[in-house]
Amino acid sequence: MAPSEHLPATTDRLRSLYRTMTLVRQVEQALGRLFADGEVPGFIHLSIGQEAIAAGVASALQPQDTLATTHRGHGHVLARGMAVERFFKEIMGRDGGLCRGRGGSMHVADLSLGILGANGIVGAGIPIALGSALAHQVRRTGGVAVAYFGDGAMAEGVLHESLNLAALWKLPLLLVCENNGWSEFSPTARQFAARLQALAAAFDIGFERVDGNDALAVADAALAAGAALRAGHGPRVLECMTHRVRGHFEGDAQKYRDADELKAGAERDPLARARAALLQAGVAAADIDHDDTQAAACIDAAIAAARADALPSFEAAIADVYTAGEAA
Amino acid sequence: MSVTEMRYVQAVAQALRDSLQADERVVLLGEDIAHAGGSFKATRGLLEAFGPERVRDTPISEATIVSAAVGAALGGLKPVVEIMFMDFVTLAMDALVNQAAKARFMFGGQGSVPLVLRTPHGGGLNAGPQHSQCLEAWLAHVPGLKVVVPSDPQDAYSLLRAAIADPDPVVFVEHKGLYARKGTVDTGVTASLGQARIVRPGRDLTLVSYGATVATCLQAANDLAGEGVEAEVIDLRSIQPWDRATVLDSLARTHRAVVVHEAVQAFGVGAEIVATLADEGFDDLDAPLLRVAAPFMPVPFATSLEQAYAVDAQAVIAAARKTLA
Repeated sequence: MAPSEHLPATTDRLRSLYRTMTLVRQVEQALGRLFADGEVPGFIHLSIGQEAIAAGVASALQPQDTLATTHRGHGHVLARGMAVERFFKEIMGRDGGLCRGRGGSMHVADLSLGILGANGIVGAGIPIALGSALAHQVRRTGGVAVAYFGDGAMAEGVLHESLNLAALWKLPLLLVCENNGWSEFSPTARQFAARLQALAAAFDIGFERVDGNDALAVADAALAAGAALRAGHGPRVLECMTHRVRGHFEGDAQKYRDADELKAGAERDPLARARAALLQAGVAAADIDHDDTQAAACIDAAIAAARADALPSFEAAIADVYTAGEAA
Repeated sequence: MSVTEMRYVQAVAQALRDSLQADERVVLLGEDIAHAGGSFKATRGLLEAFGPERVRDTPISEATIVSAAVGAALGGLKPVVEIMFMDFVTLAMDALVNQAAKARFMFGGQGSVPLVLRTPHGGGLNAGPQHSQCLEAWLAHVPGLKVVVPSDPQDAYSLLRAAIADPDPVVFVEHKGLYARKGTVDTGVTASLGQARIVRPGRDLTLVSYGATVATCLQAANDLAGEGVEAEVIDLRSIQPWDRATVLDSLARTHRAVVVHEAVQAFGVGAEIVATLADEGFDDLDAPLLRVAAPFMPVPFATSLEQAYAVDAQAVIAAARKTLA
């Protein structure tokens, strides 16, 4: 469903999704600059072009819900509400970072928001989210767990094991596949012989494929899936078709990609589409610009705070290998 | 509280039962642990007592069930996973090494991962190269994991209760060859992870071991006593963390030490202990530090081969004599 076909009442929802998307987009653009300037060390994997999935799924979540994400997970954690300042402090290796500078981009986590971490191992977040779904079920929290994964993880054994276990135990697990067509540097068509839809069907798991660059479509699908999960109907798979604008990691020149493919993908840009739909629904351009400016101001302040923050404490780091104090 | 004569495997089951009773966050996961009561019957009767929500049969998916235990632990449960043979932890190494061990540290101390992975190691059953290994040194090498190896029924009970109560991931290594061993278990006895025990005092040399080879060391010590040699035997009980103070203190009294384990000697637990004694106990040493452990080969199947492979009391006695020569 295209955004323009939604009733005007959805304009507010789309505006809210747009605000999330512009924050995620601008955070990642800033990270790209900081990385190029040497202010962000290590590896970073940007999700530019995939923001509609992060915004749409997050809009369907409730406070008790949990999620585990991937190496390309900045959008998922920011859309869930991760504090932007503490996010930048983490990725810039500062003591005030959410993980006190020990994890970086691939391990951002905020347990108070149910964010069980990004993950450096492809597919590894899926069974962790499954375990979190088990905790929701046993503890009767009413919550659901979201496992974000990319199409590259479709070839990982833990996905197949997790589909089986989630179906057997009817767990409240939403499996969100961001299918951008690329498994690192290889087209997924060359890596995976099956289709996710058929895989879900093999386990009798409800499946839906959506345009992952249409934030409202993702949000609607995630809401419907979430309702089914909360009603105890077992796991769901949501495959969001999208496009990876940047390389596998920053610094990847993407010489393996075709110019036409990149151009076609860029034309599906989720922010441009949301903006056009908002304008068509009568939202003033100045108001949308204001959303962009507000996100930019928040990011600028966060980066300034991160630059000013202390470097992490080695003593505190080594003290956190194990939990101090008495057994509970 | 009760004091009862029971087998090692029954002590494991009793600890699980009492933990399930004491803490509603405890859930058990594993292959054939519920309806079948476990391959070695360590979970017998628990499904009937606590129901299928808390005592769960899982499919044969080691990687996913251990990872799920990490997610469940972060979600407020205290999962206890059984891996049927220690050899199969190889299938769950990402879950243990990259996820469970690192979550607390990697997330800046935001939370802990209170999971226990129970698994039996050890040979002596003609189980062959993929059902007999002692892989505890691999796990003891990973910052963030604890590794506990009980040698008798009392410790099987008390250390398992302590492991389940612990806030961090604990690998609880049982021994297939000890499951049938009987002993007195007092359910009121508590234990702390990382505390060794002197199971036989002696003045002439120190034998350091854990798990099934503690009994091998005791047997060797009894034989040595016939020669007028009094060996002190230390049961480490936990190898990560391990009780340096007790071992160094013993060395300061005996001036000689031999480390004994069933696992392969090369790059093993014994190497770590001997290196520490050489560093920190150098001034106390009157003889080279020795290790008695398995040769650098897979565990063989045939009885004759496996007997030749296994560490026995004669090998311990020979090492002891060498340090005293």
